[in-house]
Amino acid sequence: MLAWTVYLSFIGALVLLAVPAASARAARIIALLFALGGLMCALIGAFEYKPEAGIATIYKTAWIPALGIQYHLAVDGISLTLVLLTAIAAVVGILFSWNVEHRAKEFFAFYLALIGGVYGVFISFDLFLLFVFYELAIIPKYFLIAIWGSTQREYGAMKLVLYSFVGSAMVLIGLIAAYAVAGGQTGIYTFNLLELAKFGFPESFQRWAFPLVFVGFAILAGLWPFHTWAPTGHVAAPTAASMLLAGVVMKLGAYGALRVAMTLFPQGLAVWRNVIAVLAVIGIVYGALVALVQRDFKFVIGYSSVSHMGFVLLGLMTLTTIGLSGAVLQMFSHGIIAGLLFGVVGRMVYDRTHTRDFGELESMHLNRAIPFAARTFVLAGLASMGLPGFSGFIAELQVLIGAWQAFPTLAVICGLGIIIGAAYTLRAIQKSFYSGARIDANPGAALLETISVPERIGAVVLLGATIVIGVYPTLLLNLIKSGFNSPLMSPLVKGGGL
Amino acid sequence: MSYLDILFLVLPETFVVVTAFVALGFDLTLFRRKTWKARVNTAALITTIGCVTAIVWLWRTMPPTAIHHSEDILVLTSLTHLLKIVVLILTVLTAWISIESEFTNHVGEYFALLLLGTVGMMFLVSSENLLMIFVALELLSLSLYTMTAFNKQNVRSAEAALKYFLFGGMSAAFLLFGFSWVYGLTGEITLRGIGTELANHKMDPLLMAALIMIVTGFGFKVAAVPFHLWAPDTYQGAPAPTAAFIASGSKVASFFILAKLLVAGFAPSAGGAAWRNFTDGWVPLLAVVAALSVIIGNVAAIAQSSVRRLLAYSAVAHAGYALIGIIALGKNGIASLIYYVVTYAFTVLGAFGVVAVVEEKSHDERFGAFAGLGKRAPVLSFCMMIFMLSLAGIPPLAGFFGKFYLFAAALSGWQDLALLWLVILAIAMSAVSLYYYLQVLKQIYVIPGEGSTLRASWPAKMSIVLLAASVVALGLAPNLLLDRLMPAVQRSWAALK
Repeated sequence: MLAWTVYLSFIGALVLLAVPAASARAARIIALLFALGGLMCALIGAFEYKPEAGIATIYKTAWIPALGIQYHLAVDGISLTLVLLTAIAAVVGILFSWNVEHRAKEFFAFYLALIGGVYGVFISFDLFLLFVFYELAIIPKYFLIAIWGSTQREYGAMKLVLYSFVGSAMVLIGLIAAYAVAGGQTGIYTFNLLELAKFGFPESFQRWAFPLVFVGFAILAGLWPFHTWAPTGHVAAPTAASMLLAGVVMKLGAYGALRVAMTLFPQGLAVWRNVIAVLAVIGIVYGALVALVQRDFKFVIGYSSVSHMGFVLLGLMTLTTIGLSGAVLQMFSHGIIAGLLFGVVGRMVYDRTHTRDFGELESMHLNRAIPFAARTFVLAGLASMGLPGFSGFIAELQVLIGAWQAFPTLAVICGLGIIIGAAYTLRAIQKSFYSGARIDANPGAALLETISVPERIGAVVLLGATIVIGVYPTLLLNLIKSGFNSPLMSPLVKGGGL
Repeated sequence: MSYLDILFLVLPETFVVVTAFVALGFDLTLFRRKTWKARVNTAALITTIGCVTAIVWLWRTMPPTAIHHSEDILVLTSLTHLLKIVVLILTVLTAWISIESEFTNHVGEYFALLLLGTVGMMFLVSSENLLMIFVALELLSLSLYTMTAFNKQNVRSAEAALKYFLFGGMSAAFLLFGFSWVYGLTGEITLRGIGTELANHKMDPLLMAALIMIVTGFGFKVAAVPFHLWAPDTYQGAPAPTAAFIASGSKVASFFILAKLLVAGFAPSAGGAAWRNFTDGWVPLLAVVAALSVIIGNVAAIAQSSVRRLLAYSAVAHAGYALIGIIALGKNGIASLIYYVVTYAFTVLGAFGVVAVVEEKSHDERFGAFAGLGKRAPVLSFCMMIFMLSLAGIPPLAGFFGKFYLFAAALSGWQDLALLWLVILAIAMSAVSLYYYLQVLKQIYVIPGEGSTLRASWPAKMSIVLLAASVVALGLAPNLLLDRLMPAVQRSWAALK
């Protein structure tokens, strides 16, 4: 069933290319139907999945036998969590793009192609296949941003694509080298992740292969100092694309780092663990500090993404059950919350006011003009700050506990990052919606169109998701923890369960 | 073996030669006074019939074991049959694309030369004798020089042809000189004989000089740095179908024969190219050429504003990648090389087809002519996107698997990841290449352009769509080709590891 998330997305993209160009309305309805289909498949797959099953193969067949490449789709609790996130983000992204009229058919075709690639990465257990899906997701991003984007869109698009491509080139070198080394010693050439993880690469090899593959993936997760594509890319992208970029694509990087780099090269991980943890913490604090001084509303969210993804990477480095599952939960939680924040900024505010500059927004009284947006943003901001009751709280708390066990000093600095996080979020809320300037300063503000139904539905779905997980985290945590019990992932965990 | 037997063995080549004369004869007699369109359509039809006949014949007479004939002038294996089929397919598609651009009045001559060039390639792939290799190569080259000069209204065409001819003549001289030294050293002109002789021969300066001259000669043919300087001008000035043919068919044949020559004939003097540990032989030579080609081709392509020149520099870069397959040695190396050049030929032929269509309508092949093409010709644009992304090596297109297979073969072919430095360089440079391929796609899809809808003639359009479909199909299911290729390589080179 889960395999159909991938197929439906690509079929949807092809269907969209095939329909006559005329109607934007038809295009978005088709896109929404296919995205909903993907969501249904993901939900059914999640219900059918038994956490005891560990890594459940969906489909496996020889693909290119001459090179030992298989078409192997499978899920465990970790990938299932991220598939669910993708499904939700995909549907909501389309709802938030309901106003796309310019070349709508192509927009949604690229959008669905991107989604298909993302689903594919999360459910591939053959490294070649995973890499194919991973790169497949790169090109649609370029067109989504370069054609439908805003500020410096061609620059932002090219920068993002080249960063991603350089990252994937690093991954490719590492993977082919691993393939050659393992095959050369055992005589069986394979890209099967489970087989390769069992192989045990020589330590001298792991020492350089691990940082290559890990960083290659982590570039996409916004690892400091390779994060600079993220803010420019997010800002240049159209709303739905920034929601997907921050919400889902950055998770591709973190997922790849966890699933591939960390499982294949555990000794390399041990060597580089501290370095990466420090980089992650720098990312947390740096992202937060930079977000604090931005004048562009979207840049605030862009840098906050870098900061929040720092928690994911830090969580991965703790190597404790609680830290790792916190990291995965943070991927889910940040995907939802960042999607919501970008939705509010890009769709609800920018598409109406055509500015994201705090100076101009301050005089617009957006809290009166579009009160729904103001309330949504406040709630999303609270979730982003990590207040109890929202998913971010559970996730970041777990990461912090894990970090406290593994790197006490870094955990303290992280706390600093959380405080700055609260500061920039409150600043953004105040500057954008509740500036307190005189009421009649700008009479034009009242003329903004009201928040449409698709936007409302989208916002409610995302808010609902973060609150449900915030109140009842066991729903996902059971899944995630089961993911770390499988023979593939369990060697990573060095203890420290809660 | 009687002459009748020989004729039987070269029957496909004979088909093609006869076709060339039929095409020429028809055009010079019956169709002399017909419209240009009618003449070119007839010529393309005759070409198609002749080539398809040859293809069917080749397909049905795949030899189960190698047939060696008269001093290895003719060595037929299932692999050479496969490559001849590929070459013929490329010729047919080139003929279809030729319908699109009206650059010459000498239709019959053009198609006859196209077919004679094809015969040259066919003999080239199935020979393991130095003399025959040289003669076939010259037949191919002379056809190509003339085809380059065919656009008499365009000064660039003449310039391109002259450059191509002068460089080509020089490199042929190098090649022949190199061959003569090899003969002097070993007393043999068959690859098998040379291989046996060299097995007991230590590396000496004389042999090295011969190898350098051979690599120079072929380096020109495949447009590898530093012998690539003709490529940009020729690609730019030649009529689009000629450029397509130079970039596709002739590349396939030249790479194959170079690989056969070095891997079969000179295996004992291969040497090694591990990082900081080069040992004498042709492997380090090719490694350096490959590294330079990959770097210079990709970097120079960034600065181009003409799609043809961009394709020329990208061809230089791709020649660098393909050379890695030869260096990889072994069966996987050969198989990956063939897979790579064949899919590359399909891709670049299609790209030139699109260029031909655009050029015919706007008389320009710089970036600006492609602006807004996505709206003006959606199908062609989509095909161009497939070609460009495949050249950049984006999955799931054929170009990705081709590169991947090359690199995997290069790393697993040598002990201790000896070629890692080259693979890292190649992968890093391929990340650079995405930039300039995206520049083309940016013109097509992002920049709004003016002009009316582009209409291409249906054979040209069909061949472009077919090529795009094959690029996708070979990327999604590389087995389509690999399943035939691997056993053929296995049988032809049983001695290889």
